[in-house]
Amino acid sequence: MTDTLRPAEAASPVPAGVPGPDAPATLARPGRFAEFWSYFSENRGAVMGLVVFVVLVVVAIAAPLVAPYAPDEQFRDALLVPPAFVEGGSSAFLLGTDPIGRDILSRLIYGARFSLFIGLVVVTLSLVGGIVLGLLAGYLRGPVDTLLMRVMDVILAFPSLLLALVMVAILGPGLLNAMIAIAVAYQPHYVRLTRAAVMSERGRDYVTAARVAGAGPLRLMFVTILPNCMAPLIVQAALSFSSAILDAAALGFLGMGAQPPTPEWGTMLAEAREYILRAWWVVTFPGLAILITVLAINLMGDGLRDALDPKLKRS
Amino acid sequence: MLGFLLRRIGLVIPTFFGVSLVAFLFIRLLPGDPVLLMAGERGLSPERYAEMMARYGFDRPIWEQYLGYISSLLGGDFGTSIATKRPVFDEFFTLFPATVELSICAILFAVVLGIPIGVVAAVKRGSGFDHTLMATALIGYSMPIFWWALLLIILFSGILAWTPVSGRISLLYFFPQVTGFMLIDSLLSGQDGAFGSAVSHLILPTIVLGTIPLAVIARQTRSAMLEVLGEDYIRTARAKGLSPARVVGVHALRNAMIPVITTIGLQIGVLLAGAILTETIFSWPGIGKWMVDSISRRDYPAVQGGLVLIALIVMVVNLTVDMLYGLVNPKIRHTR
Repeated sequence: MTDTLRPAEAASPVPAGVPGPDAPATLARPGRFAEFWSYFSENRGAVMGLVVFVVLVVVAIAAPLVAPYAPDEQFRDALLVPPAFVEGGSSAFLLGTDPIGRDILSRLIYGARFSLFIGLVVVTLSLVGGIVLGLLAGYLRGPVDTLLMRVMDVILAFPSLLLALVMVAILGPGLLNAMIAIAVAYQPHYVRLTRAAVMSERGRDYVTAARVAGAGPLRLMFVTILPNCMAPLIVQAALSFSSAILDAAALGFLGMGAQPPTPEWGTMLAEAREYILRAWWVVTFPGLAILITVLAINLMGDGLRDALDPKLKRS
Repeated sequence: MLGFLLRRIGLVIPTFFGVSLVAFLFIRLLPGDPVLLMAGERGLSPERYAEMMARYGFDRPIWEQYLGYISSLLGGDFGTSIATKRPVFDEFFTLFPATVELSICAILFAVVLGIPIGVVAAVKRGSGFDHTLMATALIGYSMPIFWWALLLIILFSGILAWTPVSGRISLLYFFPQVTGFMLIDSLLSGQDGAFGSAVSHLILPTIVLGTIPLAVIARQTRSAMLEVLGEDYIRTARAKGLSPARVVGVHALRNAMIPVITTIGLQIGVLLAGAILTETIFSWPGIGKWMVDSISRRDYPAVQGGLVLIALIVMVVNLTVDMLYGLVNPKIRHTR
């Protein structure tokens, strides 16, 4: 992840010098999207990741329709039933049941909602915060820049999971607080990335042109410069989407994230820990769900990097 | 070089004050009265309460409290643990060797496997072998390590019964702590089987903690090798008729190692974060487990002291890596 921290000079998807102060440089423009897609689809892994991710999103949204049971429905006469495909399993519970008779498949399906929601919220919070602070630091320079960068150094001095744990201790355990804590711990990466991109862009001719045309500082920062700094940020967002899911699950596993009986995957693992030697399925499936989700997003992230940011290409 | 050194050290000082401020605010931001929190569940008599308030200086203005905190930190006083009544500093450095031992083993595991994997994948670029290795590396990189630990326990401790589940050494062995490193201490003790027991306790935690660094190092080595293999001097070496092994192993690998060494340095923070999970699962008595335990038993002075000490260690490690890098690569010295 750290190799994306380099400033991506001239690595923007927008050809230099083309956009005027008003050009909305989004990826959605037809021609550019086609170009993006042709690079992205070259990477088979990335397309596979995208397919899995889309399926996960659909399953999460349609959870009440897809899941066989409600996530908290208990079947008192079916405790720790093994999965349907092993001996002693029942076709009523495809992936088996947990120690208090809840259907694991249904819990996993509802859990997808939490994990994707966590990723979305953490990425949004850290992206917005990082962009604003990074733009301020990179555009204004001087004391504002120094102060912000020293604050980011302080955050980076703590291992991110430790910082999140301590913040949750202050805010109180729970999913929302865990998400805030993780977003704060990720902040420095976005701030540094934005700042570096802004610093390489602010001296360009099109920025000077916009300034001469009378654009104010806010317009220069958010409308003129920002769109040309987005490529490394999008890649970073994809990468931290998956780390956010991992870290939130880790907090849940340590008892500091989502609280039982929430069907969050990390929390499910924590609840299942004492059964590891008796009922492997209670432990195996939630972790597998985390792994598949994170893997799909990382595959997509690799494809995004290749398509958006040729400079960061690995091979 | 001196200028670079001074600049880097100059950056560490404000970071240290920031870190101390975070730790200072930590106890004051917790919901509830700090003295009652420190007193734990038992509560306090009013006289004792007033005495504690005065002793910790909570009755003084906040900036005075912070100055007091800083000066006690600089004097080497990192607070006193409620649970053990011992200075946090002593507590921390009793447990620290366990974390260092585990981290060194994990990084060795990652380097010893990761570099050859990356080299082979780069040399056989595009082959099925390369694809399989890199797919595996991406899986390792995406692994929730707390789950990975549980799976390994199921397989190796549960089904195969090869390795123990927790701790650093079997209870059968008892010997004084000399270096704090169980592998060395068990050898020094001269007891039969002690070393073997220490090794068997280390295997699973090492694999778990080393998995993500292994994946990162393998990927980084591959891409660095690919870049170097395309250079002119490699073509020259080949044209001279050197054996492929020599070209790859000496000419290419040496130059590809520079970014890989940086990557290894960057893994230190990852290791410390990973140690929190790994140590908790394997009941490994290091600082990661100690921090989690301190948080959950509300031993806030221990958490506060631990935060500062861990941040200091991260800062010192980063500074060392930077300086080594500045020493090796003159370009770094003159930028920034």
